[in-house]
Amino acid sequence: MTDSIPTDSVGLVKPQVYKFDEPLTLRSGKVLPEYELVVETYGSLNSAKTNAVLICHALSGDHHAAGYNSEADTKPGWWDNCIGPGKAIDTNLFYVVSLNNLGGCAGSTGPASINPETSKYFGPDFPVVTVRDWVNSQLRLMDRMQIPEWAAVVGGSLGGMQVLRWAISFPERMRHAVCIAAAPKLSAQNIAFNEVARHSITSDANFREGRYLEEGTYPKQGLMLARMVGHITYLSDSAMRAKFGKSAPDFEQETSENFGRDLRSGKLSFGFNVDFQVESYLHYQGERFSENFDANTYLLMTKALDYFDPTVDFEGDLSKAFANSDCKFLLMSFSTDWRFPPERSREIVNDLLKAGREVSYLEIEADQGHDAFLLPIPRYVEALSGYLQRVHQENESDAS
Amino acid sequence: MRPDLEIIQQWIKPNSKVLDLGCGDGSLLHYLQATKNVHGIGLEIDAANIQHCLENGTNVIEQNLDEGLSNFRSESLDTVLLAQTLQALSKPDHLIDEMLRIGKNGIVTFPNFGNWKSRLYLASRGRMPVSKFIPHSWYNTPNIHFCTVKDFDALCAEKNIKILARTVVDLEHQGSWYMRAWPNLLGEIAIYHISKNTD
Repeated sequence: MTDSIPTDSVGLVKPQVYKFDEPLTLRSGKVLPEYELVVETYGSLNSAKTNAVLICHALSGDHHAAGYNSEADTKPGWWDNCIGPGKAIDTNLFYVVSLNNLGGCAGSTGPASINPETSKYFGPDFPVVTVRDWVNSQLRLMDRMQIPEWAAVVGGSLGGMQVLRWAISFPERMRHAVCIAAAPKLSAQNIAFNEVARHSITSDANFREGRYLEEGTYPKQGLMLARMVGHITYLSDSAMRAKFGKSAPDFEQETSENFGRDLRSGKLSFGFNVDFQVESYLHYQGERFSENFDANTYLLMTKALDYFDPTVDFEGDLSKAFANSDCKFLLMSFSTDWRFPPERSREIVNDLLKAGREVSYLEIEADQGHDAFLLPIPRYVEALSGYLQRVHQENESDAS
Repeated sequence: MRPDLEIIQQWIKPNSKVLDLGCGDGSLLHYLQATKNVHGIGLEIDAANIQHCLENGTNVIEQNLDEGLSNFRSESLDTVLLAQTLQALSKPDHLIDEMLRIGKNGIVTFPNFGNWKSRLYLASRGRMPVSKFIPHSWYNTPNIHFCTVKDFDALCAEKNIKILARTVVDLEHQGSWYMRAWPNLLGEIAIYHISKNTD
């Protein structure tokens, strides 16, 4: 429980559910006849309706990006360090909209929801959704909320891919695209890690072909393993050395320390037990994640990543995809991110330049790997803040 | 605005596409956007400068000029600008080729090492000049490729580059008849407007 809610927090927030009855045709050709999206908003929409910012979440994210859902919450939303009054995404200036994507497991319609046609859990019958489907559903949400145009669409990692899709499909509905630590499409290595994660889930005996909710089981071990593998790819070698190295939080000391090989109990067990801190940490992360996340959603989200390739309609040429993207772009990457390294962001930047687009790009020095996009890295947060302040100023000058 | 930038801006056409190599805090591009409606992009590596660019709405890409400009298409821009950065590049001649590949014309400014003060310093003291004009010691200077007005003229001739205009000014960026008469001796900052020679 939080002792008191910090003053720079958006405070207590209550998610809202939007129900959509108009069928949504998905990229796969399948149709979702109806669905619900759960949404949180922070700040208030100005009278001209020009200050709305959409937050797109990543693989394991959800609508709860900032603030607290109850006094009993021990932690705020996943991007609370950037969203709030006076923060980089300043809720004094912007109306921030954050939703749980379709197929998610935090309240929007997904595999863990009841299929109204069968009155059973969707489970594996929930259709595979893609980034494009998410953006289409976000557009409907925007219309429902009567927001004519986003001041900015913002997201990191898989969220950044949604930002790119927005800029390609609906540039006329947004003024700025902020795409952080993303890639134009996954590499074979990225897909390989995703497949290991999926295989660990589907090969768990409790997975039951995805019908574990119906059958009252849960592929906990598989989901744990999937998360453990995923977690390794989010961290950098240097981040792990620092985190699990002899009380050496200072990254500069890492090489003179023990390479992050801190022992859990002070001695080796000479058995197949958890000897090192890093093992214990991964077990903990996997365990915690497996208790809060739906396995089918994990499969679906990783597939959405694998399938992301906005060039499919443009002869494999990303610059052609951006031909009409006349919003302004800000891209950022992190030096030690080996999941979506800076070169991947630069590919996007170069295709934006080729398409004659307005783009800014920063490569942030950070030791934390892919995880950096969720962390309060000073230069990163300042850049996001400075850019969005400018977006706000443009808003003001347009209004006057 | 820096007075050399004041001179440069006269050569930039309204509504043109401008790439500023080493754009600093983006003040020139910001000014050109506001007054001439140019479509500007700056390249910069200094974090504080990049932050300034973001805050004043100037497009800025974190990119090291020494890694080349291969990510820009040929003839995709009107003017490519290189202000006070030439002498700090590892391959200045190569970058000038690249500037004229990407842009229809280029603008280059650099400190003129042929200025009488540098000559006098080296001649009288026998040591590399250190002054307000060149405020670094030889071993820690970012300026690794100093040249003179005559050197740059020669490079342009060698590369068949057309000099559309050339101006020299002092550190206060004031020009005068005597600087025009003896540019290599009296000019402290050289400003060139160049293009490919299509004749």
